[in-house]
Amino acid sequence: MAITITIPTALRRFTDNQSQVAVTGTTVSDVLRDLLQKHPLLRQHLCDEAGKLRNFVRVYVNDEDIRATGESTPVKDGDEIAIVPSIAGGIEPVITARAKLTNEEIKRYSRHLILPEVGMEGQERLKAAKVLLIGSGGLGSPLALYLTAAGVGTIGMVEFDTVDFSNLQRQILHFTPDVGKPKLQSAAEKLKAINPRLNFIPHPTKITSDNALELIKDYDLVIDGTDNFPTRYLVNDACVMLKKPNVYGSIFRFEGMASVFAPHLGGPCYRCWYPEPPPPGMVPSCAEGGVLGVICGIIGNIQANEAVKLIIGKGKPLMGRLLRFDAMDMTFREYKIPKDPDCPVCGKNPTITKLIDYLEFCGIGRGEAGGTSGDSIAAQTDEHLGPDDISVETLKKMRDAGEDFVLVDVRNPDEFQISEIAGSLKLPLPDLPQRFRELPQDKLLVVHCKMGGRSARAVSFLKSQGYTKVKNVAGGINAWAERIDPNVPQY
Amino acid sequence: MKISRTLLAQIHRHLEAGYPQEACGVMLGRDGVVTEIVPAENQRTDSAHNRYLIDPLAYLKIERDADRRGWQVLGIYHSHPDVAARPSQFDLDHALPCFSYLIVSVCRGKAVDTQSWRLRDDRTQFDHEPVDILD
Repeated sequence: MAITITIPTALRRFTDNQSQVAVTGTTVSDVLRDLLQKHPLLRQHLCDEAGKLRNFVRVYVNDEDIRATGESTPVKDGDEIAIVPSIAGGIEPVITARAKLTNEEIKRYSRHLILPEVGMEGQERLKAAKVLLIGSGGLGSPLALYLTAAGVGTIGMVEFDTVDFSNLQRQILHFTPDVGKPKLQSAAEKLKAINPRLNFIPHPTKITSDNALELIKDYDLVIDGTDNFPTRYLVNDACVMLKKPNVYGSIFRFEGMASVFAPHLGGPCYRCWYPEPPPPGMVPSCAEGGVLGVICGIIGNIQANEAVKLIIGKGKPLMGRLLRFDAMDMTFREYKIPKDPDCPVCGKNPTITKLIDYLEFCGIGRGEAGGTSGDSIAAQTDEHLGPDDISVETLKKMRDAGEDFVLVDVRNPDEFQISEIAGSLKLPLPDLPQRFRELPQDKLLVVHCKMGGRSARAVSFLKSQGYTKVKNVAGGINAWAERIDPNVPQY
Repeated sequence: MKISRTLLAQIHRHLEAGYPQEACGVMLGRDGVVTEIVPAENQRTDSAHNRYLIDPLAYLKIERDADRRGWQVLGIYHSHPDVAARPSQFDLDHALPCFSYLIVSVCRGKAVDTQSWRLRDDRTQFDHEPVDILD
């Protein structure tokens, strides 16, 4: 008599549809080896990468579970061995931890506690939750305020900027007396005033490929409130690698978008949607294109809403769906974002398995950084400038010395009314392809915009049209206003 | 996979009755057509709101019984209380090939979405599978 192994239905495709296979050996381990030799395709499903039986595979000898005795359990002729999958599954909650509420907290969160979907369990999860906000600007402000109010126990914030007057129109975490203060300090004061028990963790740094994994790894979920492509791809890739949900939001002019990226929960990632960034400068930043302040509250709170749902494990997450909001038409539209099986970071065979150089990936060189990396103007000194750049100090010297050149302002007509450097020729960037012939070829052209991004694109366009003597004013008119002429307003 | 409206309604009723816990069962049939469902007991009393587990011996009995009667186990159905009908990483880690995994999103006690998934042979992910409802 031989020993027979009963194969579960699901695996019979790998045993030529036999429900029983005759094997030989003196221990369970022997007969399993014999089985895998006869039907090698079974291995992948029965064993993990280390060759151990997968934890959901049970082996029974004559209907006795061998877990106690292990694979060395002896077997003899006539024994009936059964491989039985323990059928298991379930939802992956983002947070399983819970933290007990004090009586004061029970009072504070009573409007949540009486919602059956939140209840004590949900509120205790919120208290145990650790959320990382990337940025404390337009989106980060309402996010931080509402998540703190909602009872999220730990909020980390990555921010290196200081509060500027131009922030106050939408970054409601910061008030007029905060101008000049580090944003993290301003944020800590406000959030602690809402909830003194909040564990606020400031990260006074820029998120980079070198620190992203370390920054994110101890948090349960990440909320991206940044305004530039390199950070967006960096945060996406780091979250995919660390299996953290990434609650995405973006705003521009009168529009906003939000989604939840979490491939480990079955959804797509940002790269499934946009595998590659747009060419640098094609999508202007809010600093260049403007943004209606109130939109930050709308989109930021959609992100906060999704974060709370993920934490309490209730509702249908905005996963695989992109919500697009139009403030002018007052419409919300939903688009499907399918998971890309060939996605370079979350697909079947990922080609990006560690963090890369995201500035390079997004095609952003030094000269263009100002135009695409959000609100901050990097103070650029001459030695840090690109070959086509000049500093505002150099521009001042050239003007004072009466040098012969044409100063070209490529901002939009609306911006000419805000500020100008006297004597400049106004030629908005969108009109440049039709009108560049108005510019003399034999004179030095010095091009500026608000912060240096659009003028850098104008410079490369002019060079492609045969202009050889073209320079870009690094930092734009805002740098001029800051360092040369305080009478010119910054915006 | 194909399933009759009546059987699908039975699955929904079983899963709704289990709410807010996860509930599960086995689908039997032949050639991709479900002809019978066997509700199973969720053994995960410790974390039944987000996990299900069918006792291996109980499952072995269901399989043997199906074999004897000439039916096949076509797959497993289970609920996702208050979340989407998409497989989780935990579902993926525990999945078997060739099975249809029918997941029903049960929100506030009502079955609101039903989706079926099949594991890829390389175990890297689930693929969506259409559910044909037969009248």
